[in-house]
Amino acid sequence: MKQKTDVRPGTLALMVLKTLNVLGPLHGFGIARRIEQISGDLLAVNQGTLYPVLLKLEQEGAIASEWGASENNRRARFYRITRAGHKLLEAEARGWEQTAAIMGRFFEMKAEDFS
Amino acid sequence: MRFLRRFFIRLSNFTAGRRADQRLREEIAEHLALQTEENLRAGMPPAEARRQAALKLGAAQAIREHHHAEHGLPFLENLLQDLRFALRMLAKSPGFAAVAILTTALGIGATTAIFSVVDATLLHPLPYPHPEELVRVEDYLQGVGAQSVGMSVPEWRDLAHSGIFQYIALIYSGSANLTGSAEPVRIQVESVSPNYLSLLGVKPELGRLFNPDDQTPGFNLEVVISHGLWKREFGGDPQILGKNLRIDNDVYHVVGVMPPGFREPGRTPDQRNTESWAACGFALAPPNRSRRAPFDVVARLKPGLTLTAAQSRLDALVSNLQKQYPGDYPIEIGWTVRLAPLKESLVGNVRQPLMMLLGAVVLVLLIACVNVANLLLARASARGREIAVRQALGATRKRLVRQLLTESLLLSLLGGVVGLVILFCTKGLLLKMVPASLPRFSDISVNWRILLFAVAASGVAGTIFGLAPAFEAGRLNLTDTLRQAGRGSRGSAKQTRTRRGLVVMEFALSLVLMIVAGLLLRSFWDLLKVQLGFNPEHVMSVQTPLPDPNDRATDIYGTPAQEAPLLRELLRRSSSLPGVKEAALGSSAAIPLNHDRNLFPLIVEGRDIPIDQSPVVERADVTPGYFRLMEIPLDRGRLFSETDSETSPQVAVVNEALAKIYWPNEDPIGKRFKIMGGRSRASTGPGWINVVGIVADARTESLTQKNVPLFYLCAYQTAAKDLAIFLRGQLDAGAIPAQVREQVQSVNRELPIFQAQTLDDVLSASLSERRFSMQMVAAFALTALLLAGLGIYGTISFLVNEQTRDIGIRLALGASRRAILTMVLRQGLWLAMAGAAVGLAGALIVSRLMAGLLFGVRPVDPLTFVGVTLLLTAVALAACYIPARRAMRLDPLAALRYE
Repeated sequence: MKQKTDVRPGTLALMVLKTLNVLGPLHGFGIARRIEQISGDLLAVNQGTLYPVLLKLEQEGAIASEWGASENNRRARFYRITRAGHKLLEAEARGWEQTAAIMGRFFEMKAEDFS
Repeated sequence: MRFLRRFFIRLSNFTAGRRADQRLREEIAEHLALQTEENLRAGMPPAEARRQAALKLGAAQAIREHHHAEHGLPFLENLLQDLRFALRMLAKSPGFAAVAILTTALGIGATTAIFSVVDATLLHPLPYPHPEELVRVEDYLQGVGAQSVGMSVPEWRDLAHSGIFQYIALIYSGSANLTGSAEPVRIQVESVSPNYLSLLGVKPELGRLFNPDDQTPGFNLEVVISHGLWKREFGGDPQILGKNLRIDNDVYHVVGVMPPGFREPGRTPDQRNTESWAACGFALAPPNRSRRAPFDVVARLKPGLTLTAAQSRLDALVSNLQKQYPGDYPIEIGWTVRLAPLKESLVGNVRQPLMMLLGAVVLVLLIACVNVANLLLARASARGREIAVRQALGATRKRLVRQLLTESLLLSLLGGVVGLVILFCTKGLLLKMVPASLPRFSDISVNWRILLFAVAASGVAGTIFGLAPAFEAGRLNLTDTLRQAGRGSRGSAKQTRTRRGLVVMEFALSLVLMIVAGLLLRSFWDLLKVQLGFNPEHVMSVQTPLPDPNDRATDIYGTPAQEAPLLRELLRRSSSLPGVKEAALGSSAAIPLNHDRNLFPLIVEGRDIPIDQSPVVERADVTPGYFRLMEIPLDRGRLFSETDSETSPQVAVVNEALAKIYWPNEDPIGKRFKIMGGRSRASTGPGWINVVGIVADARTESLTQKNVPLFYLCAYQTAAKDLAIFLRGQLDAGAIPAQVREQVQSVNRELPIFQAQTLDDVLSASLSERRFSMQMVAAFALTALLLAGLGIYGTISFLVNEQTRDIGIRLALGASRRAILTMVLRQGLWLAMAGAAVGLAGALIVSRLMAGLLFGVRPVDPLTFVGVTLLLTAVALAACYIPARRAMRLDPLAALRYE
């Protein structure tokens, strides 16, 4: 069975932001479902850990939420990204890309490059 | 930003008690429903679909807790919870709470009280702008061992032009008669160079100060008065400016009034009570460099100049002047000029006693903490089960320690609050105990710094006494404690060791404090028993100073010949007062323990070189009856007599100390000397003075010093201005001032009468600061003794309780009751011995540090050390006796059933 490690701190929040950014307003289950689809089985267990992260993001002002009707017409809480959230996402994404690029170069490093 | 926003939302959620739980429940329900639907679509049976959905979501309760923690502020929430719990626990055992809170209150209240004195005196900057620039400047003649010898006017001028100081002022302090209002009064006057008040940087309440660049050579007859004098003598007259004041017959006009809070930064209590300032150019003083008057010199350094930099520039200047005027500054007298921070010169001599008091009170606080720690430990052992249950239910060690620390901090803060309340209520009473002669006495107040100190002290105290029990609880053995049936009162061996350690510590601290108190007590006792060399009983002194005008023409007592008839008349009238057996007159320097500096350099006939020891000596002018009245015995030669008059050759009586210094191997009788300069302008002529008699040394200058060289002149032959009347007999101290005033003023209406006092009061007042610190330390030591006794009592009782079964078995096996008694007492004695050993080591160090505060006893005084140790051991045994007797009387059957 594939190891389902805990999500790195901060990454889950970033995934939430990106998901909301691309797909527009979603309820908790929807977000969990998308993240699961994209990241493989990362959120296959402990989907519930998503909710404290959503609360934290909301308190930071990166997302906002309101009650709405779900696909089957039940009451559900919908989350959407705010302008502050956009900015945060951009900044974080840049940071990740830089880190990834640097780490990538290191992993591609071969002994002959230095000879 | 994001962090702050999140924090404030959490804070507002927390304070408003908003809950997000309902919303989360709904969200989770919806989540599960959606997941279940999806699972159903994937073909699962309904039950399995629901089960899988729940599994995928994870532990709902954990999510809710996590969510809740995210929503509010768990730290504060826990704190509140702990506080509520702690309050409940305290309310449940009011006896324990009361004892612990009162003990802490005592410690913190006393510490805060002493700190408020230390704060006002030592920590607070002087109340002038840029107080760090203010310095005192003093001449030292190190070659002849003379300190603070004042300064000569040419030296002052050199310093003023040195570029080191913004201003440098000469101050000449004295008292003068203020006449013109209803009753002539004596006020403290300072003749100051015109720049002095500007130098201090204080703005007047009314009018103006002197022009700091005024170059008028003599007095310019302008005076600035204090707020107090303005209110008292002039009823706060708003038209005071420009009015005339007669001070020692000279007419001055008032140019300004100082603000209410202004206090002169003087050296002596008298000086600090200065009520008027007269500007003086000091240009008429002789331009002789080596002729130093006892001026106080205060200066303000150029901005940005440090004290050390200023001192090194000053040293360079001094060595240049020495080269320039070799005749005035022979190398061997070692002339130097020193700078000292003004504040240091004010409070330097109370620093050590105050720090000792603070140290003593901190010891009391520590002992109080140890006592409360002991109480808490006893309770912790009773609460062992509760703590074990909490731990078993999953409380982390950190959380438990936090809860226990919250409890002890709550205790200490409550103690601090109670202590402060007591302090506030007894403030007036406590202030009465502080000697008013303490410099900056009027600055003592309870302000925010004091409150901050009290809170900090409470916090530290709470942490100290809370740590031991919390630590103990932290390493509690779960299974052992839970296995114990019912009471769970059995503390671990480790805990017993901690309690013993605490008692030993408490004992050691108390011993140190008691030894300090013992040493101070013995010093004080020795001072009281000291051989005075004079008899203060039934003697009163009343001062009636003559005016000393600048305008010599108005001085009707300018020469001995003018003054002597007045003296004889005053003497005649004083002798006739009711109850008076003997009367004498003298200068105020003849009043014992009068701390006026009245130093005169002597020139001995036939000797050119300056004398190698003590170039200045004390002088007192007295009428012939003085020696008999004071019972100062004659050694050799003769005393003054009525035939030593204004017309006969001038004579002197010297004391033994002076004879030994100036004529070590000769008979001083018949030798002659001259006095140089000196304080009073109306002193004597330049002629030689014959030594006619030698009297025994008396401690009239200082109680602690004997052998202060002193000479007496016959008052008929001098024109001393600061007269005092001495009376011996069965005197009514309340009536004397009025009686003397009536007699004096029927001779001259303008002479004031002040400071009528018995010599016993003078002696007692001179001991006031010592008495204060001795009483305080003694009170602290008694408190410490009491606390230590309670501590050892508590611990031994606890041990006896622990050993109840043990003792029961011993008794059942035939141990005698006496053996049980000694067994328990031995335990107490062992603790006391251990404490005494540690305490004695500490006391050896401390007593050496306070050697400067002692008089007559050595720092390692065997009597005090042994006596105090025995006393403390006796108290320990007495405290152990109660639980020991209980142990002895145990019924073996009941003891075995115990538990």
